[in-house]
Amino acid sequence: MANNKSIKTVMDKDGIERCLTRIAYEILEKNKGMENLVLVGIRTGGVYLAERLQKKMSDIEHGKIPLGILDITLYRDDLSASNKKPRLGETKINFSLDNKVVILVDDVLFTGRTIRAAMDALIDFGRPRMIQLAVLIDRGHRELPIRADFVGKNLPSSLWEAVRVDLVEKNGVDEVVIEEGS
Amino acid sequence: MKFERKDILGIKDLSVDEINLILETAESFLEISTRKIKKVPTLRGKTVINLFYEASTRTRTSFEIAGKRLSADTINISSSTSSVIKGETLIDTARTLEAMNPDVIVIRHSAAGAPHLLASLVKQSIINAGDGAHEHPTQALLDMMTIKERKGKISGLKVAIIGDIEHSRVARSNIYGLSKMGAHVVVAGPATMMPRNIEQMGVKAFPRVEDAIAGADVVMMLRIQLERQKQNIFPSLREYSQHYCLNRNNIKLAKNDVMVMHPGPINRGVEISPDIADDPSVSVILDQVNKGVAVRMALLYLLTGGSE
Amino acid sequence: MRLLLTGARIIDPAQNIDSRMDIFLEDGKIAKIGENLSKATKSKDSEKITKIVDLTGMILVPGLIDMHTHLREPGFEYKETIASGAAAAAAGGFTSIACMPNTEPINDSRSITEFIRRKATETSLVNVYPIGAVSRNSAGSQLTEFWDLQEAGIVALSDDGKPVMNAALMRRAMEYAFSLQLPVISHCEDINLSANGSMNEGYYSTILGLNGIPGIAEEAMIARDILIAEFTGTSVHIAHVSTAGSVRLIRDAKKRGIKVTAETAPHYFTLTDEALQSYDTNLKVNPPLRSEQDVAAIKEGLADGTIDVIACDHAPHGRTDKEVEFEYAANGISGLETSLALSLNLINSKILTWPELIAKMSTNPARILHLPKGTLETGADADITVIDPLLKWTVDVQAFRSRGKNSPFNGRQIQGKAILTIVGGEIKYDGR
Repeated sequence: MANNKSIKTVMDKDGIERCLTRIAYEILEKNKGMENLVLVGIRTGGVYLAERLQKKMSDIEHGKIPLGILDITLYRDDLSASNKKPRLGETKINFSLDNKVVILVDDVLFTGRTIRAAMDALIDFGRPRMIQLAVLIDRGHRELPIRADFVGKNLPSSLWEAVRVDLVEKNGVDEVVIEEGS
Repeated sequence: MKFERKDILGIKDLSVDEINLILETAESFLEISTRKIKKVPTLRGKTVINLFYEASTRTRTSFEIAGKRLSADTINISSSTSSVIKGETLIDTARTLEAMNPDVIVIRHSAAGAPHLLASLVKQSIINAGDGAHEHPTQALLDMMTIKERKGKISGLKVAIIGDIEHSRVARSNIYGLSKMGAHVVVAGPATMMPRNIEQMGVKAFPRVEDAIAGADVVMMLRIQLERQKQNIFPSLREYSQHYCLNRNNIKLAKNDVMVMHPGPINRGVEISPDIADDPSVSVILDQVNKGVAVRMALLYLLTGGSE
Repeated sequence: MRLLLTGARIIDPAQNIDSRMDIFLEDGKIAKIGENLSKATKSKDSEKITKIVDLTGMILVPGLIDMHTHLREPGFEYKETIASGAAAAAAGGFTSIACMPNTEPINDSRSITEFIRRKATETSLVNVYPIGAVSRNSAGSQLTEFWDLQEAGIVALSDDGKPVMNAALMRRAMEYAFSLQLPVISHCEDINLSANGSMNEGYYSTILGLNGIPGIAEEAMIARDILIAEFTGTSVHIAHVSTAGSVRLIRDAKKRGIKVTAETAPHYFTLTDEALQSYDTNLKVNPPLRSEQDVAAIKEGLADGTIDVIACDHAPHGRTDKEVEFEYAANGISGLETSLALSLNLINSKILTWPELIAKMSTNPARILHLPKGTLETGADADITVIDPLLKWTVDVQAFRSRGKNSPFNGRQIQGKAILTIVGGEIKYDGR
C-alpha cells in the first residue's frame, strides 16, 4: 500500500459480524426458512461471506444449505479490452439450480457489471426460480439497473476512492476501509 | 504471472511458469465441460480458424470443441499437402486468412517449421497443432495435465516414451515439457527409430523396451505408422509388436501404480495390447482426450483478446 | 587501352610474387610487372594515353575464378540470367566463372553450350566457361558427347545437382574424359542415404524434426570416386566438400598419389547447422550446413592443402523458391557477391596466408580447369582483381547484381571487398 494514500476504516470486525447476522435473519425471514435456498459466493470475497452466512443460517435453522462457488471471469464484458488475462479460478456448483432460490453473495456492489456476469453464469447452470443478491457494502455508482436485496451497509463513496473489504480468511483481518486517491 | 506470448509454437520456448499457468488455467476449464450447458461467452465475437494441412480427427475436433465452448466462431479449413505443393502456397493462404481478420489460427502441417513461417507472416496468434516431426505442444500440455492429475506431480517421476521417436512430434514436445517440469524421461525403440544425438535432449535412450519400462511411473506409447515400413525402419508390424508392444508381461517391470498413455489413435495389438489400453486402472487414454479440450480452451483464452 | 596500376601489393602465387610493385596492361595483356613502371611506360610511346590508377594500400591479384556457379539461363531466367550472373561475378571480384549444366534444358549438347557462350560474349563482362553434363539430361544412364561439347567450349563435365549414382557410368565418364583432358566434377551424394533430407543429420535435425542428410551420404560417394580414380588412373574433382570425413578421405587419397582435387564453399567454413533453428530457408543448401566439428575440419583441410579451391556454389533463387515451408524450399545461396569477403576471414583468422587464399580462388581453379588464367605473367590475359582488404561493409541483398537475393548473410557486417575487376585489360567493375 502506498504511503501517500489516506486509509479510513469504516467498519470493524464486530460491525461486519453484526451485518452478516442481520442479513442471515433477513434472508430467512424473506424466504420463510431455508427450504429451496442455495448460496452462491462470487470469487473471491463473496465466497468467504457466503460461507459465514451458511454457518449463521445453519445455526439459526439447524440444517445446512448448499453452497456454490462462482468464478465470473469468463463472463466479464471487459475481457477483450484488457491485455492481461485475469487468472481463472474454479467454479464449483455441485447441485442443481433448477427451481431453487439462489442467494448470490458478493462483498462490494459497485457498477453492477460483476452481478450481471454472475447472473448470466448462473442461468447457464440451470433455471433458478429466483435470484436474490446479498452484499456487505453497496457503494453506489451503478452502471446497470441492478440493486441488492440484502445490504450490510450503504457506503456513499466518490469514484476516486476505493472500497476494500478485508476478511480474516484471505487478509488475516476483518475490516472495511476506504482508500483515497487510487 | 502474465502471459504475453503471441503464439504457441512449441514447448521448447515455454518457461516452467508459463507451463504451470497454462495447466492451472486448463484445470479451471475442466469444469465447463461437465455442465449441462457446456458453453461460456468468453470469446463471443472472436474467430478461430483451424487450418489443417494434414488429416486429423481428434486434434481438429478438440480445437473445434474448445473454441465453441468458449463461444468463438470456429472455422475449419482442410487442405491436403499435395495440393499445397502444386498450387497455393502457405504464404498465399496466410495472407488471405489474415485479410479475413481472425483472432487465432490453429495450424497442423506435415512440414516442420510451417507454423513458424505462418507466425512470421501474420499478426494473428498462431497455435501449432503439430508440425511434421517437430512439435505438438498441445498434446504435451494435455499429457502433462493428465500426469499431474493422476500422480499429483510431475517432478521426480520416471516417464518412458516408447516407439518411433524419430518421427514423433509428441515425443519431442513431451521430452521438453516433462524435463522442464522435473521428470526423468527415458526413450526406447529400435535404433532405426531413434533420432541422432537424442541424448543431447537430456534423455536416456534404450534399444529395448524392457530397459525403459523398468521402474517407470508413466509409460507413453507412440503410434506406429504403417507407411514407415517402406523406409525400412521396421521389417513388419508382426515383428515390431512381438518386441515393442506394451503387454501384461513387460508392464510388470514398471512401478505397481504405473499409468499408461497414448496420443491416439491406437493400433491395438501393435504398440499396446488391447487389454492394457482398455483397462481403466492403468490406461488414462480417454482421460487424455478430455484434458485436450481443457488445455486448448486455456490456450485460446490466454492468447485472445487484448486491445492494441 | 593502356592501364598502369601503381602502388598495390601484388600477389601472384603462380610466380611466387608478393611485393609492392606496379603493373602495366596493354592490349588486353599483362605487358610488364616491376617497380616504378611510370617512367618506363611514359617514355615508351607518347602517342597512346596511359591511364594511371594509384592503388596504394590495395591488394592486386590475378583475376579470381569461381569454378562452381549456377547461372540458371536457359530456363530459369527469373532466378538469374547469364548477364545478371556475370554482373554479380564482376561485382564480387571474379573475372572468370564456370557454370553448371543444370539449366532447362540441361547443357548436354553443343547447342546449349554455344548458346551460353554467345550470351556471355554479348554480355561482355567476365569470362563464362560452361560445364557440360556427364549424362544425357543428367539422367545418369548415358554419356553425353564429350568431344563435341569440348569443341563447343565446355571446360569440365558434371551432373551437378544430381549425383552420378551409377558407379559404372562414373567410371566410364572418368576414363573417357581423361583422354580429352576434361576434368570431371563430382557432386558427391548417395541419394538413398540422403533420402529427401533437408538438413544435416545430427542434434539440430533431431530437435527441429527435419529429415537429416547424414555426412556419410557425401563421404560414401567421395570414397567411391576416389576408388574409381585410383583403379582407372584418372582424375576427379570433388565439388562442395562439407564434412570432416570427406576431408579425411581426400587427404588420405592425395597422400597415396591419387589424382583427386577438391573444393569447398564459404558457407561450409562460416556457418553451422545450429543456425537452422530459425527455419530460415536461406540457410538451406545441398550439401547441408554441418556441425562445428565439420567446420573445423574444413578449415584444417584448407590450411593443409587438402582442399584446393574455394568456389561459392552460387545458386540464385527467386522468392517463390525460398518463401515456403523449409522442406519444400530450394537449395542454395546466392554467393558470388559475398564469397571473397567471407573467404578473407580465413586470412584474418590465420588459417590461410594471402598467397594461399589467392591460389585457392584463382591459380588452382585455373589449373584444374586447364584455363590460361590465374597468373600475372607477362603476356598473360590482363584479368586482375584489386581488393581493399580493410573496407568494412554490410551485406544488402537488395543491392546484389544477382537476381538471387537468397543470402543468409544479409545484414551481416563483413570486411574486404573487390574494388576493381579488370577483364582482358578493361575495367568491368569499379567499386571505388
